[in-house]
Amino acid sequence: MTENTEATGGPERRVRVVLVDDHRMFRTGVQAEIGRTEETGVEVVGEAADVDQAVTVITATRPEVVLLDVHLPGGGGVEVLRRCASMMSAAENPVRFLALSVSDAAEDVIGVIRGGARGYVTKTITGTDLVDSVFRVQDGDAVFSPRLAGFVLDAFASTDAPPVDEDMDRLTQREREVLRLIARGYAYKEIAKQLFISVKTVESHVSAVLRKLQLSNRHELTRWATARRLV
Amino acid sequence: MPTATTRAASSLASDPEEPPPRKLYRSADGRLLGGVARGLAGHLGLPVVWVRFVFLGLFFADGLGALLYAVFWIVVPLGVGGVEAPRSVFETAPDGRRRLRKPDKGQVFALVALLIGAMIFVGNVDMGGKADRYIWPTLLIGAGSVLVWRQADNARRARWMEVGRSRRVLQLARGLAGVALVGLGLAVFIVVRGSAAQLGNVLTAAIAVLTGIALLAGPYLVRMTQDLSEERLMRIRAQERAEVAAHVHDSVLHTLTLIQRNADDGGEVRRLARAQERELRNWLYNPEGTGKDEDDEPENLAEAVKRAAAEVEDKHGVPLEVVVVGDCPLDERLTAQMQAAREAMVNAAKYGGEGGAVQVYAEVEGRTVFVSVRDRGPGFDLDSVPGDRMGVRESIIGRMQRNGGTARLRSVPGGGTEVELEMERASE
Repeated sequence: MTENTEATGGPERRVRVVLVDDHRMFRTGVQAEIGRTEETGVEVVGEAADVDQAVTVITATRPEVVLLDVHLPGGGGVEVLRRCASMMSAAENPVRFLALSVSDAAEDVIGVIRGGARGYVTKTITGTDLVDSVFRVQDGDAVFSPRLAGFVLDAFASTDAPPVDEDMDRLTQREREVLRLIARGYAYKEIAKQLFISVKTVESHVSAVLRKLQLSNRHELTRWATARRLV
Repeated sequence: MPTATTRAASSLASDPEEPPPRKLYRSADGRLLGGVARGLAGHLGLPVVWVRFVFLGLFFADGLGALLYAVFWIVVPLGVGGVEAPRSVFETAPDGRRRLRKPDKGQVFALVALLIGAMIFVGNVDMGGKADRYIWPTLLIGAGSVLVWRQADNARRARWMEVGRSRRVLQLARGLAGVALVGLGLAVFIVVRGSAAQLGNVLTAAIAVLTGIALLAGPYLVRMTQDLSEERLMRIRAQERAEVAAHVHDSVLHTLTLIQRNADDGGEVRRLARAQERELRNWLYNPEGTGKDEDDEPENLAEAVKRAAAEVEDKHGVPLEVVVVGDCPLDERLTAQMQAAREAMVNAAKYGGEGGAVQVYAEVEGRTVFVSVRDRGPGFDLDSVPGDRMGVRESIIGRMQRNGGTARLRSVPGGGTEVELEMERASE
């Protein structure tokens, strides 16, 4: 994921970020890691420790990107997403959310993604990769960690029952290939090289998958969740 | 997918303690009647047949065998486990936890009642003549009781083993049959003792008395049941809290202490933290793995991949990120593939570990199982590897080919190495 830094990031670009996490230590750590504005271009404009605070801070500061923890007092990340829905879809300066969590339970991951988050990374991510992901989300792009790609592949795995909405409930062959390579740990640039397509095309495939994940009728996802005793 | 991962339960702390005392359980597996003989055989380490013969022999000694069997049935709780290996019978309690079951008062009372009943029965039989009339109704009642008692066993068993729907009907039928037998036996008693004409009167009186008791004691009974279930709920909650506390104490606190002590050794700290993180993650997010023994062999692909990755991670101190899509049971070919994958992971951790986490990806698609292991190390040229280095050629490529699969190795000097293993599952 690092290879995009020179293309999109760099100190000449700025992104305003709000950190939402109920652990102060973790916020401090992230702040120290990515908040050196001169070097990274990331400016942390606000912090919040629970759902109510998060909504207030996000409304007041209107950041470009929110780093959102999945487990939060007051209803969790999903609740923040629900209450900020209008800001997400705003035509001007939309607020984008990137889920940042220590959990790798499928229900948490799929939950925030369906709630409208543009991506999901785990807390073990390195500072550089996180900065890179933040910029990518700012561009409206989707950020898939290998693990998230695995979850999605699993959720959309071909089933016997015919999907209700063919376009929404199925991944195309190409999207599946792209996801598989992400799950195998490839960076976008490497995927592009492997599949003989441009990085832009990789990005559009990933965004398409994210859209399907957020909008598809619940048919496949519900079945998937049921099979794992998540619902 | 984190489907069937074992819950690594408090392995750190339970080591120094001595094994739990051997406890006698009736066996739920492969039992003929109550599982007494099987349970005993397991406990004593004898073949089941011997125990059964002893019971049978004792049965001819004035029915002593039957009496003994009944006593065991009542007093000994039902357990799970195979009986061939004696130890598994006692250590595995119903829900995987260790249970300290004491014979409760109800069971002791039942035992005493049964003894008295049996003595009366034997006494009556010995008198001969007139007593013959009582034998049949008594036997009827006995058979009915056995049916119902066994029913109770099944109800208990159903709590920790899921019982299919269709069996539930059968159980209901059996319960009803038991009640009917007991009822019939009692009716015959009444008919034998008095005359059939009095049956109506007796029944009316009995019903009147029962109704009266129900009216008087009803409210108390309801209250008592409510109190009991509430108390049970509280106890379950307290137990769960205690278990969480115990787990956190055993594993997390233990690891944190070790980390403090080894604060200067970065590698060791990372290893401890990673192992603990993995364990806690499993415990928190994979509740379906509950109660599995950590030592037993993985049965599914996903579990096998995760297990292998965890072992390599612990041994070589390099993080492995594992993503599994789909799952399937392991067969002989897949086991070979797992061995090859493990070898690939070891190589990746050894030679490519400094480039960051090793990516392990496994996917089950239809009948094909695909595994890729990728590192971001310096990479190497396969052709330039000396011929005496058999690791890659034999353990990975050769093993896959021998078992009908394919292995591909891609390595870019400076760009990491990727091993792709593909195998068809054996046909069922």
